[in-house]
Amino acid sequence: MNLPFVVLIPLLGAPLAAWVSRYGRLHAAWLAGATAALALVVLIPAKPAVFRGGTEVQSIPWMPELGLDLAFRLDGLGMLFAILILVIGLLVILYARYYLSESDSTGRFFAYLLLFMGSMLGIVLSENILLLLMFWEMTSLSSFLLISYWQHRSDARNGARMALAVTGLGGLALLAGFLLLGEMAGSYNLSAILTQGDAIRAHPLYLPMLGLILLGAFTKSAQFPFHFWLPQAMAAPTPVSAYLHSATMVKAGVFLLARLFPVLSGTDAWSTVVMGAGLTTLVIGAYFALFKHDLKGLLAYSTISHLGLITLLFGIGTPLAAVAGVFHIINHATFKASLFMAAGIIDHECGTRDMRLINGLWRYMPYTATLAMVAAASMAGVPLFNGFLSKEMFFHEAVNFQKYTTWDWLLTAGAAVAGVFAVAYSLRFIHDVFFNGEPQNLPREPHEPPRWMQVPVEILVAICLLVGILPAYTVAPLLKVGVAGMLQAEPPYYSLAIWHGFNAALVMSIIALVGGVLVYIGRRPLFKIAHRWHGLLDAPAVYDWVLRQLLALAGFVTRMLDTGSLQRLLAVLIVAALAAGAAGIIPPHVPITGPVPITLPDAASVLVAAALVLAAFASALGHQRRLTSLIVLGAVGLLVSLIFVKFSAPDLALTQLSVEIVTIVLLLLALYFLPRRTPVETDTGRRLRHFLIALGAGWGAGLLTWAMLTRPHASISGFFVENSVPGGGGTNVVNVILVDFRGFDTLGEITVLALAGLGIYALLRDLRLSGPVHDIAGRAWSWDLHPPIMAALVRLLLPLALLVAVFIFLRGHNLPGGGFIAGLVTAVALIMQYLANGVTWTHERMPGNLHPAIGLGLLIAVVTGTVSMALGYPFLTSAYTHVHLPFADFELASAIAFDLGVYLVVVGATLLILVHMGLMHGASHLRDSRGVRAMAPRAGDADAAARTQGAADTEPSTGRSRSPVTEPTD
Amino acid sequence: MEALLAGIIASLTGCGVYLVLRAYTFPVVLGLTLLSYAVNLFLFATGRLTVGQPAVISAEAAGYADPLPQALVLTAIVIAFGMTAFVIMLAVKAQAELGNDHVDGRPEAAASSRRDAMGDAMGDAMGDGQADPGEEHP
Repeated sequence: MNLPFVVLIPLLGAPLAAWVSRYGRLHAAWLAGATAALALVVLIPAKPAVFRGGTEVQSIPWMPELGLDLAFRLDGLGMLFAILILVIGLLVILYARYYLSESDSTGRFFAYLLLFMGSMLGIVLSENILLLLMFWEMTSLSSFLLISYWQHRSDARNGARMALAVTGLGGLALLAGFLLLGEMAGSYNLSAILTQGDAIRAHPLYLPMLGLILLGAFTKSAQFPFHFWLPQAMAAPTPVSAYLHSATMVKAGVFLLARLFPVLSGTDAWSTVVMGAGLTTLVIGAYFALFKHDLKGLLAYSTISHLGLITLLFGIGTPLAAVAGVFHIINHATFKASLFMAAGIIDHECGTRDMRLINGLWRYMPYTATLAMVAAASMAGVPLFNGFLSKEMFFHEAVNFQKYTTWDWLLTAGAAVAGVFAVAYSLRFIHDVFFNGEPQNLPREPHEPPRWMQVPVEILVAICLLVGILPAYTVAPLLKVGVAGMLQAEPPYYSLAIWHGFNAALVMSIIALVGGVLVYIGRRPLFKIAHRWHGLLDAPAVYDWVLRQLLALAGFVTRMLDTGSLQRLLAVLIVAALAAGAAGIIPPHVPITGPVPITLPDAASVLVAAALVLAAFASALGHQRRLTSLIVLGAVGLLVSLIFVKFSAPDLALTQLSVEIVTIVLLLLALYFLPRRTPVETDTGRRLRHFLIALGAGWGAGLLTWAMLTRPHASISGFFVENSVPGGGGTNVVNVILVDFRGFDTLGEITVLALAGLGIYALLRDLRLSGPVHDIAGRAWSWDLHPPIMAALVRLLLPLALLVAVFIFLRGHNLPGGGFIAGLVTAVALIMQYLANGVTWTHERMPGNLHPAIGLGLLIAVVTGTVSMALGYPFLTSAYTHVHLPFADFELASAIAFDLGVYLVVVGATLLILVHMGLMHGASHLRDSRGVRAMAPRAGDADAAARTQGAADTEPSTGRSRSPVTEPTD
Repeated sequence: MEALLAGIIASLTGCGVYLVLRAYTFPVVLGLTLLSYAVNLFLFATGRLTVGQPAVISAEAAGYADPLPQALVLTAIVIAFGMTAFVIMLAVKAQAELGNDHVDGRPEAAASSRRDAMGDAMGDAMGDGQADPGEEHP
């Protein structure tokens, strides 16, 4: 199982690199290098098998239901890429260690680089295509971070954003394509997919799938018309460009084409689209590369052109073209990485990359110049360098391509033009930079770079030469298994010799070399023409335009929907929900009324229903008078509990009844601080619209209920009814479900309640409010709060009410009742004390801090669950036993402990909410009464203070209270 | 009976939605309460309407009402209380901080001026989306 580690090591190394950079600037570089080397070593054990032609698949199940496994695969193609990624990665790390300046954060740089390296390895080593897609997106994200590494530069930020937008869009298309592909093949694993080429090509959804996957590959590999992000990404530090745009990021797209080549290729659609894109990109990239004055810009467009060449070869689709494509991937990676590094050295030493300023560097850095010239010659396709070999193969394919259409000549012509321009821009890279007069106004005096900065370039250039001269002894085995991995078959016969005799391909090479020199000599008129054409094919401008239109559209839609009014926003939401619901009943639809016969209502039910509907309407239509509306709402709640009584739900009726009381008391308390009346809304049209929306919503809800109730009913509750006694030890099925079968849900719900309580506590802390001075008719507020008879009665009632709560709690498991209801009854009993005796009086006699009750409740509930885990059962499994006592004989279930937790949380949260609201009340009575409080014999006597305050209230009110809300401390 | 319940749920929903769409916080809270009644009743009704057969296991019982929706609705009632409490506290807090109880935190007259400010902010966000111009050709 070494493959997952190859991917994992760089990903784990990334945070480590960021961390070690705290202890020294260069530690991160060392660590990154060691990480890459370690990954390379871990890869080794699998190599012999792959070179014998095997495919190694290592899989860890992850989400098998979704067809998603952590499955890795190593075949020739994957290994070729893995070696490229790791070896060039190592060289780039060495190079970057000298490239980065003192002010650059090395930790961040190497962390991003390793993250990118790991993601890239993930792409090439994935067996599962969904996993591949995840790594694909990770490369988009990590390349965004790398390109925008110099965050202070706006061109870096813009370039990174453009790269992310384009490749991210492609990633989405790729996801859709992969899903189609996986469904067609019946598996998301490449081993299965790659064997089903014929079935997939014949599938009716082949074309959309191909289009989506190609969109992903083309955006990543910067194929026309998505090529424009790559030059913008040159704002990245040069090591990043050398890595991303030679061996990795952009190669991910062509890797994907190669990976899926056995499945997707071989159709007309494939060859038309892939060849078309490849040829266009090849020519356009080569053309633009010549006219760039920026050294890296030239290399960027040349990269685009070479990627087009590889794509074109894959589009041709013959096995020999595949050989040429894979070979060119290797060659391009080596010479382009070294060229980027050389460009970086020149930039580093001269302080600019403008070729109009950089001239005649031969005299200042002859050694670097030699290295760059070798790499550039390879890029141009000069014999004895590696670029020549694959380019000659390409020319051979281009010349011999025969589809017998009228457009065949276009391929040969395009290849020739691109070849000519490739020689011309390579020549320009050499001549303009190293010769062509003297440097002009360079910011720095150029000289050779630090020794170790040249080493990576040396190694790469040595590879270029060795492969170019002795291909059979160097690259041949790797190329062979790479091609075999791509074709999933034995590679065709091909010869890696330099001299193939005098054939068409050689003629093309000669035309390219001679033509390139001629074009370069005659470049001045060409530059003039190019200057005149400038702007005709300005893809970034198109991108900007599209982006601007998109933002404008988004702005327009947002302004349409969100005018800053919550009312309007909510109306839009409800109308949208209504529209979605209405779509379901547009004909032809299933009839709304189902087959189940309805039952006739009795007189009492009609009466209750009529009262309920009337009350609901009264509450809604009379909402301007808030107090009245609230009282009517209370009536609605009580009638709802009657419905529960009628339809065999005693637990619900009890809960609804007690919650109703608590809710109404709470709303009354809140109303004290809010205006008594709702102002009439002036916009009649809006009220009418809202009335219609409400009508629609009510109509829809009614229809839905009707449709549901007239349809047959198959419940899963049989299980609960059957297992309630034998499994849960209780006869009240509802309670057993709450505390046993679905105990985990209940645990979640009491947690929410606890959080609501604590959240309200936090909201009310330090809140200062002023209560009203007059009632709605202008009469002064009466402070005689607590009629003595009621107060005395309620005190007497308390023990009785608590006894009822205990009774309801204990019987809950077998008869209607339980923790929720008992908790609410207790809360109501205590709240009555507050109501009848005053907050202050009661608060002094109660434990003031309710947080422990909530915490204890949650703790008990969780511990009950955990105990069963400790005994080897799943979380919250309950046990029960029969208890014989002299005076009683009952079942005792462990679930009762859980119910106790529920009880405590309900009591705690409810009281916390209400008591703090009530305390605020008390405090608001004490407005501006600090002096009075100080004189009063008992500082906590709110009633006395309130009466004093009431007398003082004949003065005009000053608005907000200045006395803080504090709990009495004595 | 089914028609009756459908009518009740329809009225509760309609009244709830109308109140939720109001411009001041207190009616909105009342509307939420009405809506939660409607939703609870609807969920309860998914177990169908059973008269006189509570889900308490006994030898004499002829059948049982569906206990599962009841259990779900029971917790829903308590959670709805928590939600109502939280929203009304937000309303009280908003009244304290802003001096009015409009849902947008401002009297209706101020609505139009804020709309203009939104438009400006959108324009600023769009201006940032432009890339630098490309390099120049000779």
